[in-house]
Amino acid sequence: MSRKYLIINFVFLVSFLTNPTILFADDNAEGDGSFNPTDMIVHHIKDDYGWHLYDYEDDNGEEHSVSISLPIILYTYEGSLGNGTLDIFMSNDFHHGEEDVQKGENTYRLDHGHITELGGKKILDFSITKNVASMMLSVLILFLVFFSIAGAYKKRGAKEPKGLQSFFEPIILFIRDDIAIPNIGEKKYEKFLPYLITLFFFIWFNNLLGLIPTGANTSGNIAFTMTLAVFTLLITNISGTKHYWSHLFWTPGVPLPLRIIVLPVELLGIITKPFALMIRLFANITAGHIIVLSLISFIFVFQQLFVGVVVGPVVIAMTLFEFFVAIFQAYIFTLLSALFIGLALEDDHH
Amino acid sequence: MDIVTPGVGLIFWTALLFLLVLVVLRRFAYKPILEAVKAREDSIKEALSSSSKAKDEVEVLKKEIEDMKKEARAERETIIKDAKEAADKLLSEKQEVAKKEYDRIVASAQEDIQNEKNAALAEVKNQVAKFSVEIAEKLLRKELSDEDYQKKLINELLDDTKLN
Repeated sequence: MSRKYLIINFVFLVSFLTNPTILFADDNAEGDGSFNPTDMIVHHIKDDYGWHLYDYEDDNGEEHSVSISLPIILYTYEGSLGNGTLDIFMSNDFHHGEEDVQKGENTYRLDHGHITELGGKKILDFSITKNVASMMLSVLILFLVFFSIAGAYKKRGAKEPKGLQSFFEPIILFIRDDIAIPNIGEKKYEKFLPYLITLFFFIWFNNLLGLIPTGANTSGNIAFTMTLAVFTLLITNISGTKHYWSHLFWTPGVPLPLRIIVLPVELLGIITKPFALMIRLFANITAGHIIVLSLISFIFVFQQLFVGVVVGPVVIAMTLFEFFVAIFQAYIFTLLSALFIGLALEDDHH
Repeated sequence: MDIVTPGVGLIFWTALLFLLVLVVLRRFAYKPILEAVKAREDSIKEALSSSSKAKDEVEVLKKEIEDMKKEARAERETIIKDAKEAADKLLSEKQEVAKKEYDRIVASAQEDIQNEKNAALAEVKNQVAKFSVEIAEKLLRKELSDEDYQKKLINELLDDTKLN
C-alpha cells in the first residue's frame, strides 16, 4: 500500500516540480503583480532564513513582509577549512535580500534564498533556519510531553495511566509490542527501543508541526530525512551479526559464479534500503504540502467565489488526510528501521 | 538549499537535535516509563497467575471436600451397619439368655408344682388315711358293740373263706 502511495505522490511531486508551467502557464504569462503559485509553493516547501508569517500592504500601497528573524550562523573560509571565521547575525539584517551584511572582512548577500560571500569565499551554513527553528520547537514539545509523562509514571508508579499518559502509553507500547519485538526479537529489542521511540515521535511531531499554516516543511526536507536514514543505516550495519555480513559478501546456497554477481547487488542493498526510507518520507510529506498549497492556489488563480466554496472542503479533507499521513509515515519509517535492524541481527537459523 | 540537495546545516542540526532527544529522553523519560509499564505488566501477570492458582487451589479443595464427604458417607454407612449388626447380635444373645432363663424358670416352676403336688397328694393321702382310720375306728366301734352282727359276720367270712 505504501509503495503505491509513494508512487502516486511521487508522480504528483515530479509533475508539479518539473513542469509547473503547464498548470499555471496563463498565470505566468501575465508577469508582474499577478499571483504565481509555483513560486509560492516552492518557496514554502524550501527552507528559509527567516520565519515568514504574512504580508500586508501599507497606506502607500507598498508591500511589507512580516517574518520572525532567525539567527544566521556562517563559517566562512578561503582555501583550507582550518582558517575560517564564524559570523553570526540575524536574518533581519538582510532586509529580505535588499541589503548586504558586512561582518569583518566578509560581505554577505542574500540572493533568492542563497547566501553568498561577495569576496568569493566558501561558506558552511549552520544557520538556525525556519526548519531548524521548527525542529527545535518539536524538540521542546517532545521534552515537555515526555518529561510530563515520565513524571506521571514516577509519581503514580504501576498504577493505571491518566491524562497525557493514557494517550501516549498505547503508542509507546505499540512501538514496543508491534514494531520492535516482532522485527528485532524478544531478546535484543530493548537496546534499540529508545532509538525507535525517538524516531517515531521525532518524525511524527515534525510532520504535525509542518501541517500548521505558515509552518516549516522540516520533515519534508531531504536533509532531515537523509540524516535519519543515515542513523538507521549506521545502526543496522554497526550491529550487524557475523551471519548478516557473511550473507552479504558470500551468500550461501548460491552457485559460486552467481555469488560474484550477487555481491554488488547485496552491497547496493545496504544503501538502497535507507535510501528508500529517505525518499519515502521526503516525498510523502513534501507532496502533501504541495497538494494542499496547490488546492489553495486555485482560489487565488481563478479568483472566483465558487472555486473557494469547492476547494475549501477539499483542502480540509486533504489536511485531515495529511494528519493521517503524518503518523502513518512516522510509523512506516520506524517499522522499516526496525525491520532492517532485525534483519542485520538475524542469527544462523532461518 | 534546493529541494533535493540536502543542506549541510540542516543535516548538522537534525543530527544534533535528534541525538539530543534520544540521549536525554532515553535517560530521563523512556527508562522510568518503560520500567513503570513493565512493573505494571508484571503485577498484572502476577495477579492473573495468582488468581488462576487460587482457582486451582479452590478446585483442589473442592475435590478434597468431595472426597471427605464420600469418605464420611461410607464411614457412616459402615458405622450404621456395624451398629445394626451389634444390635442384632446383642438382641439375639439377650433373647437366648432370656429364653434360657425362661426355660429354667419354667422348669423350676414345674418342679415346684410337682413338689407341691406331691406334697399335697401326700397330705391328702395322710388325711385320707387318717380319715379312713377314724372312719374305721368308728365303724369298728359300732360293729363290735353288736354281738349278733359279729357272729353273723364271722360266719359270713367263714363262709366266704372255704377251708380248702
